[in-house]
Amino acid sequence: MPALACSWDVATRREQGWGLQRGGRWGRSQLSPCAPAPIFALLQALSSVDSVMMMYPFFYRPQDLRLEEGWHLFPLEQYFQQIAAQTSQWRLSDLNRDFTTCPTYPADVIVPAAVSDDTLRRAARFRQGGRFPVLSYYHPRNGTVLLRSSQPLTGPNRKRCPEDEVLLGTVLDEGERGFIIDTRSAQAAKQARMTGGGTEPKSSYPQWKRLHRPLERGRPLQESFIKLVEACNDASLSMDRWLSRLESCRWLSHVKAALSTACLAAQCLDREEASVLVHGAEGTDTTLLVTALAQVILDPGCRTVVGFQGLLEREWIEAGHPFHLRCARSAYSHARLKQEAPLFLLFLDCVWQLSRQFPFSLEFGESLLLTLFDNAYASDYGTFLCNNEKERCLCKVKENTHSLWAWLNQPEEKKKYLNPLYSHNPLVIWPSVEPQSIQLWQGLFFRWIRPSQYLDEARAEMQRLVEGNEAPAKESAGSRLSRSLSDPAARTENER
Amino acid sequence: MEHIRMPKVENVRLLDRVSSRKAALGTLYLTATHVIFVENASETRKETWVLHSQISSIEKQATTATGCPLLIRCKNFQVIQLIIPQERDCHDVYISLIRLARPVRYEELYCFSFNPKLDKEEREQGWKLVDLNEEYNRMGIPNDYWQISDVNRDYGVCDSYPTEVYVPKSATAHIIVGSSKFRSRRRFPALSYYCKDNNASICRSSQPLSGFSARCLEDEQMLQAIRKANPGSDFLYVVDTRPKLNAMANRAAGKGYENEDNYSNIKFQFIGIENIHVMRNSLQKMLEVCELKSPSMSDFLWGLENSGWLKHIKAIMDAGIFIAKVLIEKDWISFGHKFNHRYGNLDGDPKEISPVIDQFIECVWQLMEQFPCAFEFNERFLIHIQHHIYSCQFGNFLCNSQKERRELKIQERTYSLWAHLWKNRADYLNPLYRSNHSQTQGTLYPQMAPCNFLYKFWSGMYNRFEKGLHPRQSVTDYLMAVKEETQQLEEELEVLGERLANLQKMQLNDNKIQSKQQDRSKQLGLSASTNSLANTPQEYSSDLKSFPSRSPSQGDEDSALILTQDNLKSSDPDLSANSDQESGVEDLSCRSPSGGGCLPSEDSGKDSDEAVCLAV
Repeated sequence: MPALACSWDVATRREQGWGLQRGGRWGRSQLSPCAPAPIFALLQALSSVDSVMMMYPFFYRPQDLRLEEGWHLFPLEQYFQQIAAQTSQWRLSDLNRDFTTCPTYPADVIVPAAVSDDTLRRAARFRQGGRFPVLSYYHPRNGTVLLRSSQPLTGPNRKRCPEDEVLLGTVLDEGERGFIIDTRSAQAAKQARMTGGGTEPKSSYPQWKRLHRPLERGRPLQESFIKLVEACNDASLSMDRWLSRLESCRWLSHVKAALSTACLAAQCLDREEASVLVHGAEGTDTTLLVTALAQVILDPGCRTVVGFQGLLEREWIEAGHPFHLRCARSAYSHARLKQEAPLFLLFLDCVWQLSRQFPFSLEFGESLLLTLFDNAYASDYGTFLCNNEKERCLCKVKENTHSLWAWLNQPEEKKKYLNPLYSHNPLVIWPSVEPQSIQLWQGLFFRWIRPSQYLDEARAEMQRLVEGNEAPAKESAGSRLSRSLSDPAARTENER
Repeated sequence: MEHIRMPKVENVRLLDRVSSRKAALGTLYLTATHVIFVENASETRKETWVLHSQISSIEKQATTATGCPLLIRCKNFQVIQLIIPQERDCHDVYISLIRLARPVRYEELYCFSFNPKLDKEEREQGWKLVDLNEEYNRMGIPNDYWQISDVNRDYGVCDSYPTEVYVPKSATAHIIVGSSKFRSRRRFPALSYYCKDNNASICRSSQPLSGFSARCLEDEQMLQAIRKANPGSDFLYVVDTRPKLNAMANRAAGKGYENEDNYSNIKFQFIGIENIHVMRNSLQKMLEVCELKSPSMSDFLWGLENSGWLKHIKAIMDAGIFIAKVLIEKDWISFGHKFNHRYGNLDGDPKEISPVIDQFIECVWQLMEQFPCAFEFNERFLIHIQHHIYSCQFGNFLCNSQKERRELKIQERTYSLWAHLWKNRADYLNPLYRSNHSQTQGTLYPQMAPCNFLYKFWSGMYNRFEKGLHPRQSVTDYLMAVKEETQQLEEELEVLGERLANLQKMQLNDNKIQSKQQDRSKQLGLSASTNSLANTPQEYSSDLKSFPSRSPSQGDEDSALILTQDNLKSSDPDLSANSDQESGVEDLSCRSPSGGGCLPSEDSGKDSDEAVCLAV
């Protein structure tokens, strides 16, 4: 009875997600620590089941959704067409259709039009895991681009690769300069040479200036997360020690560093009008964190519910963030999983910081971020399954599971995630990254500790006010803003 | 004024706290009431006004090649750094300011010269807005248990109490006077708050002069009378806000605390709120953390913890929660009530200064954060009150007692802050407040353990002048606009409805209404970008500086535009640092990271979208 077994599987996986014991929101049986030993062992075995195809999403069949729904909402083709409408310098290449060039890239990637597939294949051999530089974001205002890749395999002998140099050279015009943001310290990048990796030497890439912005990843980031969750749940902790405990978790430092680096990338594009290549080592973790965040900051399209889904699909899921490895156990894991790391959570936290600093600029609210967090760790849906598109193809995820987006985009469901204060903001949103401006995401970390009643009431009250405004004269929604727009005195009121 | 040695200094530079490269050149003026800095830049002539009474400390730093730096720290947490070319000028300014910032006579304070152009009647009206007797009437007092006593009518018993005090009916003048002699500064137990639903009351007093063994029969009777004034209760809590150690140490000085053996049916409780000296140091330390230049997350959190400020805030909150379990009733904190605190603003012993009132205001803010719908007022209200406690622009917070206030004829010679705030009350309303909302009904129950950590750093107050640190869009203002709009639309709809009915009656065409509606939809298209404060990036990178940029800096242009906006808002002077009623001048608020202040000079930030948004 695989279906039953697998539903148990999900239940336990969830139980091991932190905070869930307290929550009990899940409406499933809760695991008591004194459960009979054999059952406990069975559940533990099931909860770490390695076979993706035995997981619950393959058996979950909700009534009102169709299987194929939501899987092809955001084809890269569509994103490419927006770029193609403005410039012919880029093309969509399907050189990776059988996933041989790069096993962690999707079939289609956007590359410079002037570079042939052959050159790309050779360049891929010079990059770890075959992750050659591809386009991540095109900045329509000035035509600069955000690229991402993995580290070059320069190795101890400072190997070069003419094709890789051509590929990056093509991106920049004569005399133009670009930035390479390496998410490792200069020291770490140098050390990587000993194990075959490295970074782009100035001499081989004269038009590119390298900036090192070390971001935490892997085990230390996971430790930070575990410590923070422990601190938040430590009832014996008094106020006098709370702040130093919070500090010692380093989580907020990671948030600050991630936001600053994304802002730096955005600043290079928008202010310096220079193209940017982002990479760390493998190019599947901090790299994606930076490129995805930079797009939320720069691109108003990414700040809508659907646009944000598209961004996640393009920059996290298809871009090959290994969700299956990174988001397996969350913070209460006793097994020291080497591969576990909350990079996606860090991204969601940074987006939450943006939403706090710009409360009208994101179409979605905290509830969507929380739902995404939940689903990344344990889900009824197949969206976050597997580590890359190749695995998803092998497992036939898109044929045999439901898409999270299909569920989220049902009108009744979607309504829950909307920000009542949203108003389209075409501008770049530059956040403050000063420590005074970075806050702990209480909605997530205190989710099961803090009663949210009064805050929920406040949210409902906001909703009521805004809807009340729309009710009497729908056609005039937003006219208060245009009124304040035409009246400078009133406008400054808004800007206090 | 005789204290001004140097009325005007030219070629002074005002440093930007965030970016040293953004110093503004201008002229510094010293007037009888303000320090004024006017920028030379001809297009803006930006002005910075600081009231002398706002100045907390002035520091003359070592002369450098560029001049003599002068650091002015204000009580509203603004910090101003000037560089004066000549050492001698700097010294004169320094000496003048030291004197001006520490007036020795009340008459020198700004409120005695401040004139908001109100007539006598309006002035009196302003002072009548808050009437303590009415406050007590609202609580249901006098009643069967409590009465007004005139025992203090000539301040004969206690000079720091008002003439009218509320005491239990059974407490005779003899008992009161006797009790007062047993209390520090003769502050005998008197009613502070009465809850008519259950007859519970809060009284306050100073410490008893018990020493190690002294007792006082009248004082014991006084407490007994208070206990009996609540027939429903068998005992009385005596809450000592000090740490027990401090109270015990005080016994050596002939003071101390009530001995439970001598008073029948009392329960004694220490709360452990530190004394004013500890608090003053704590605030000082926290402000130093706020002043750090681009601190790391760790520096900030460590500094904040070491200051102990949030710990003290929590201790005070816990005390409040304990004392009442029933702390704050809705009306209690309603508009303009209750903030009748006292605060000295004259030169005196710096050891007597303490941030108690700042802490009270912060506690209210912490409550607001936990109960967003419970308060009729918003954060701005608290910030402006804090500002005016120190500004000395209004007479409310002057002197140490009612006696002194009467002697100085404060009410005849100065204006009341409450009238000023009341006039602008629309700015101070919380759009989420609704008198029939559940959070406004009765008592609030703030979070206790394990949610200690809900107490947050209040950057809106302590980094008030670093605007770049704050959320770029204000939910409060937005919702207020929405609310106002809704109201107007409803009224308009009503009018239109009536007109429509009339028109139909008259068998006429309703063209007008249609055209009006079209206007509205046209306006709709414009609304896109207004609710967002256009902002510019901070210094996310120092590396970029070395990188040649393709176009000259546009940063100045951006910030200039922002300046203009800030100029406009000076119609409400309270928002700005200067707070001069009539001058309508510029403040320092634009020296913020978002104001383009820290753009790398290479920054080629030409953003047409932003320019559009700013220019419209």
